[in-house]
Amino acid sequence: MSVIIFAEAVEGSLKKSAFEATTYGRKVADLCGLTCKAVTLGTVENAGELGAYGAQEVYNIADNSLNQFDSQSYTSAIADAFNQLGGTILVLSHTAIGKSITGRLAVRLNAGSVSGASELPNVSDGFIVPKSVYSGKATAFYNITSDKKVISVMGNAIKPEKSGEAVAVQSLSVSVPAAKVKVIERKTVSGVVPLPEASLVVSAGRGMKDPSNWGIIEQLAAELGATTACSRPVSDSGWRPHHEHVGQTGIAIRPNLYIAIGISGAIQHLAGVNNSRVIVVINKDPEAPFFKAADYGIVGDLFEVVPRLIESVKRFKSSH
Amino acid sequence: MKVLVCISKTPDTTAKIAFQNDGKAFQADGVQFIMNPYDEWFALVRGLELTEAQGGTVTVINVGTADNDTIIRKALAIGAQDAVRINKEPESAWDVAHQLAAYIKSQSYDLILLGKETIDYNDSEVGAALAELLDLPFISYANKLDVSGTTATISREIEGGTEVMEASLPLVISCAQGLAQQRIPNMKGIMTSKTKPLAVIEPVATSSPSVIIRHELPPARKSVHLIAPEDTDELVRLLHEEAKVI
Repeated sequence: MSVIIFAEAVEGSLKKSAFEATTYGRKVADLCGLTCKAVTLGTVENAGELGAYGAQEVYNIADNSLNQFDSQSYTSAIADAFNQLGGTILVLSHTAIGKSITGRLAVRLNAGSVSGASELPNVSDGFIVPKSVYSGKATAFYNITSDKKVISVMGNAIKPEKSGEAVAVQSLSVSVPAAKVKVIERKTVSGVVPLPEASLVVSAGRGMKDPSNWGIIEQLAAELGATTACSRPVSDSGWRPHHEHVGQTGIAIRPNLYIAIGISGAIQHLAGVNNSRVIVVINKDPEAPFFKAADYGIVGDLFEVVPRLIESVKRFKSSH
Repeated sequence: MKVLVCISKTPDTTAKIAFQNDGKAFQADGVQFIMNPYDEWFALVRGLELTEAQGGTVTVINVGTADNDTIIRKALAIGAQDAVRINKEPESAWDVAHQLAAYIKSQSYDLILLGKETIDYNDSEVGAALAELLDLPFISYANKLDVSGTTATISREIEGGTEVMEASLPLVISCAQGLAQQRIPNMKGIMTSKTKPLAVIEPVATSSPSVIIRHELPPARKSVHLIAPEDTDELVRLLHEEAKVI
């Protein structure tokens, strides 16, 4: 009996979410006394690295059709691998791919599932998985009662931990049905950590007054190694691209640090960032509702505070 | 083109979230319930736009008790032709998907649309599970959807970008921002919604293998630690030494 991890690769390379899922899966395996095996699909250059994050065995299904995502062919390949490898618990990432297949895999495997687990399960009495719900305003505890289980792990819910060495990748053969959905184009921003994976985020809102003022936001983000984000009015007015919009209708993120600059903190915005571990708010209005959700705050003019903060970060970096 | 839009009922985005009975039940007193915004703004409106341009019908479906008729009538007021309600308080995403699939198997729809997730449980599971039960392709988080003949072109959100894909109908698609703009029902819509057909059908037996047993509210955040605007060095020190995030 094994915990099977589906380790997701993007353009041939495993990313942070795969190492998070593997770390989570290994801890579940240890809690339940199971073996931990990881499965990768298509061409993956660094699959062996999963061993360092706790996978005792690493498999690859080297079928080129899997280099493009299709929910049915992925579900079929993963479910077949799960069964061949004696799977009892399947762990994957709550990413764009994970969200397309977690429900499918649960049905295919006749397994209870939790989408977006925020912590490890409690296995002392049942199999109870915590998950953040109501956009971060509560935690729900799901009891999975079926023998087979599917868990997708929320980004940044667990820190990838190196606990061993890379292992040799074994090949696994399953039959993969032809994809019915054809990917015809992929457009990704290169060189920055995508927002859903970012552990540090610098975000700005209407307080910036004009899109030409964004230089200080980008500079602060660059000094911190952070990803930039924005509020809804900013993306709606076309000041910033839509993929930067965090909030209820945009994307929900859970970075370690969220710095909100010139954002008042409407409830719809908070819904996208409530799960951030630490929130810093910089706003000239001391009554801005965001201060109630913040850990640290500076009441002041952002056009003075942000450049000063950039200098402070530079000084910090040169002394550490 | 026959379009089915699956709608869900959720607490209003500004509702105070609280629980009763040792965290087992949602505290619904005084809470206003709405149609899940992603179902309403994106799935329903895009379904209507496509059928208005190309001909066809939009049916809405919901799993819920008679309390949900308010949001179903709203969907009819926005423009759906008819509605189906499966008469059961849903117990899980698994339950909803199985109830929907049992009904849809006896019908034939070209497009089955639903929101990317519900704003209460944030699962993103029903669409994928439903597609599996119906043996149909599934595309999640669509931010563009066009149909020409029997071919759909879809753009969807992925980490740090978008992916454009093509597939033949029928399809299950979950809908995200960008797909359409919210529509406010007009007076004529509200009047006609009262007489549009709403079929109530009985649920099938299911057994959910994963159910919520209780909820907890997060510990209250400590009140904000304010730092003088001149003292950004202190903020950086606190982020490093106290919060340990940089």
